[in-house]
Amino acid sequence: MDTAVTAKKKWWAGGYSPFNVNYGKLMMWYFLISDAFTFGALLISYGTIRFSSTSWPDPNEVFKSFPGAGHANLPLMFVSLMTFILIMSSVTMVLAVHAGHHRDKKAVAKWMIFTIIGGIAFLSCQAWEWTHLYHEGAWWGRNPFTNVDGTVATTNFTNFFFTITGFHGLHVTSGVIINIIILINVLKGTYEQRGHYEMVEKVGLYWHFVDLVWVFVFTCFYLL
Amino acid sequence: MEHTQSAEVLEPVHHESSTKVIWQTFWILLAITVFEVGLAFLHLEYGFMPRMFLNGVFIILTLFKAFYIVARFMHLGSEIRNLIMTILMPLLLFVWFIIAFLYEGHSWKNMRKDLAPGTKVEAPKVPNAEHEPHH
Repeated sequence: MDTAVTAKKKWWAGGYSPFNVNYGKLMMWYFLISDAFTFGALLISYGTIRFSSTSWPDPNEVFKSFPGAGHANLPLMFVSLMTFILIMSSVTMVLAVHAGHHRDKKAVAKWMIFTIIGGIAFLSCQAWEWTHLYHEGAWWGRNPFTNVDGTVATTNFTNFFFTITGFHGLHVTSGVIINIIILINVLKGTYEQRGHYEMVEKVGLYWHFVDLVWVFVFTCFYLL
Repeated sequence: MEHTQSAEVLEPVHHESSTKVIWQTFWILLAITVFEVGLAFLHLEYGFMPRMFLNGVFIILTLFKAFYIVARFMHLGSEIRNLIMTILMPLLLFVWFIIAFLYEGHSWKNMRKDLAPGTKVEAPKVPNAEHEPHH
């Protein structure tokens, strides 16, 4: 269908958006590109430093705790739960966008609330993980974990971990705040009056991007 | 898509946002993640697959997940080609970005190894066979 439309219409002849989206949505996309490069720069610098190190701490040794499980050795379990929560909140977000297309105010509000709960749940998990690591002696400039080969590790590992997951957590935090603002507008009927729920779509794009970044953070820090 | 503003008239775009597609995407994402974690555990417990190969698999699966999030959840797959291109083309810079920096990091590691205190320096051997004494 897309190709048929493109063939008929001269997209660059003026008079309408050559991208077939409204200004706000396009700008959200461009913002997300810039944010992708920011996260990309952080992750690639992490990769560069890791490549340049003769040895590196084993993530399965560092991230092996689960709340309430004491000293049980459970690598990957907690971070898998966090990933599941974030994917789930992405689903509820896209369901909110879907309800917006049908101008179903109640459904939009319901799914937005679920998304916000998901975001808060993720942040709580991250707060637990950070606190746990802090009590183990890890923080910016402090690294209690040894390298895989038994040598003393530099603080690069913890510095990158806290900076990148912190920057991502900051995005989740701002996403939750923006979601709450949009939810208030939905409940107030602002978008019902406007005749469309495009703001929900825009904040949805941001939210999915945050999920997307987590997919890469998950791979780079916990799997590789 | 009924968000038509007075200034801009947009072509109606068929968004694949039926709840069926959404849940299907969710299951795909969940399955890939479970598979990744499963592979990681197999490697931990039984040393399944060499590390380098496993990392390659993880990266490919991550890109799959990224594709599904962007195409399905962010609906980029059902936007027109112009928009898709303006979003994806700049991201090609990442190809250079990743290769150049990781290559740089790798070369630093080699220098660290070779120049570390206590590393034995091997005397260069004469490559020329002509000067070898014959007995």
